[in-house]
Amino acid sequence: MTIAPALPRSFRSRLAWAVADAWVITGRDLAHWARQPGTVIANTLLFPLMIVLMFGYLLGGAMTVPGGGDYRDFLMPGMFAMTMVFGIGATVTAVSADAARGVTDRFRAMPVARSAVITGRAAADMLSSVAALAVLTGCGWLVGWQPHRGATRAVAALALLLLLRFAFVWIGIYLGLAFYSSPEAVTAVRTLEFPIGFLGNPFVAISTMPVWIAAIAQWNPLSSTVSAARQLFGDPTGAHSSWITDHAVLLAVAWPLLLTAVFFPLSLHRYRRLSR
Amino acid sequence: MNTSAIACEGLGKRFGETTALDGLDLVVPQGAVYGLLGPNGAGKTTAVRVLATLLRPDSGRARVAGFDVARQAAQVRARIGLAGQHAAVDEILSGRQNLVMFGRLSHLPRSAARRRADELLGQFALTGAGGKPVRQYSGGMRRRLDLAASFIVAPRVLFLDEPTTGLDPHGRNEVWQTIRALAGAGTTVLLTTQYLEEADQLADAIAVIDAGRVIAEGTPDELKSLAGGDRIDVVLRTADDMLPAASLLQARLRADARLDHDRRELSLPVSDRLAALTEVIRSLGEEGITAEDIAVRRPTLDEAFLDLTGQAVEVNAQ
Repeated sequence: MTIAPALPRSFRSRLAWAVADAWVITGRDLAHWARQPGTVIANTLLFPLMIVLMFGYLLGGAMTVPGGGDYRDFLMPGMFAMTMVFGIGATVTAVSADAARGVTDRFRAMPVARSAVITGRAAADMLSSVAALAVLTGCGWLVGWQPHRGATRAVAALALLLLLRFAFVWIGIYLGLAFYSSPEAVTAVRTLEFPIGFLGNPFVAISTMPVWIAAIAQWNPLSSTVSAARQLFGDPTGAHSSWITDHAVLLAVAWPLLLTAVFFPLSLHRYRRLSR
Repeated sequence: MNTSAIACEGLGKRFGETTALDGLDLVVPQGAVYGLLGPNGAGKTTAVRVLATLLRPDSGRARVAGFDVARQAAQVRARIGLAGQHAAVDEILSGRQNLVMFGRLSHLPRSAARRRADELLGQFALTGAGGKPVRQYSGGMRRRLDLAASFIVAPRVLFLDEPTTGLDPHGRNEVWQTIRALAGAGTTVLLTTQYLEEADQLADAIAVIDAGRVIAEGTPDELKSLAGGDRIDVVLRTADDMLPAASLLQARLRADARLDHDRRELSLPVSDRLAALTEVIRSLGEEGITAEDIAVRRPTLDEAFLDLTGQAVEVNAQ
């Protein structure tokens, strides 16, 4: 007979349990990578890579960046940000599959720290995003892209991209828990990733858009992160000047924090509602 | 209350307009295999989810393994195992990886979790498949892995929510054997099922629940005798004889007949088995009605269930 250890009593030992539990749940995702590296590569990397090649070479010849500059240099920060957007679908799919199949319930019926199910998910998604950014940076190098303003600013740009992903994790957890009983809704979320990307500046400069679309596109939180990354990498920005683009770095910090402030409590609320 | 593995009183739970539990009372002694039997929507799953701390009840109290499910949920979770209607395991990981993960979430040290995973794979006849991804498992193997995962730290109370739903007869037998073995080792098992055969096979005691409350409770034999004792079944040669034979036998045996026109079968409750048998043979012979088969038998749980709930349940899984 195997007997479980006694429950932790002090705050410190409870925290240690919560961290250990979250790490086990994160480790589950890492084990997925090891089990099926092909699928992981296809899901997280092949698609952005294909877009880079398609937009960069196939359509890129017809693209001119307002204010000058190479289209592929303009595109790469947009692709980094799109990879963060595609992460929403990955989070939603993972969260909703666990909830629908009863895996989340199994965790909840075990002596697992309540927070670990969510924090473990968030940590796993952040790790996979770091890996995706690393590989995509390598791909950028292959098509001739590189940061022009030094390592510090380049790291700051990558940090802003991950901050956006962090906000998207909570949106993904919220949507996954809200719609896990409906596979159609999960598919819809994945389909919506593209319009979200096109209603922003990852592919096309905002200054080329009709006025009303440009208004939407520049208020898209994604656009601020993309603009900030372009500025920090020293890539062409598309010569758009407005209060929003002039404060892109500030907004690339503020938008994700705001989204997190909204969706972190909402996803916790959804998680607690599982027991209602 | 302290000696029972599960005790709940007046459990109530509503989902919007639907009342899932309507004052459920239940006492399950330690070491018992206890069946919760009822049709779809009777509240079986809700009851298990409340007892396994997954759902908060609107009213009533419940203690599992000596702890209150609402106020001492963490203590309850450390002492229970749960296997739900789906095999709640990771499809991409191997069976062994799943068990090690759940072992570590039960706070076994890494080496102990690995050792326990290997033990369980052996115990649940999965050693050969331990390294394969669960996606490649058969339905029965998944369920066994799911049961193994609910058994990592030898729970005091094991909840099994329809453990054989969707399995073929072979898979069902495998799971039944596993449950018997677990119960033999002293674990209290609360099992929900809509299959009477399953409850009859596995449970020491059964609570029949309908519309969120217990409507009958007892051993399988006690519940069968609630259906009115023994019965005599008569299968007729021609369908035209059904109504004349029914009125004849109802008058002679002074009991109501149940008619199954598809099978040309009459069924009547009897008190004195032999007297009834001779009476049926004699009176049918006098009227020139030919019977193909006559049998005196104990009532089935189906009939008990029909009498209790006014609705039929499925006889078995397939």
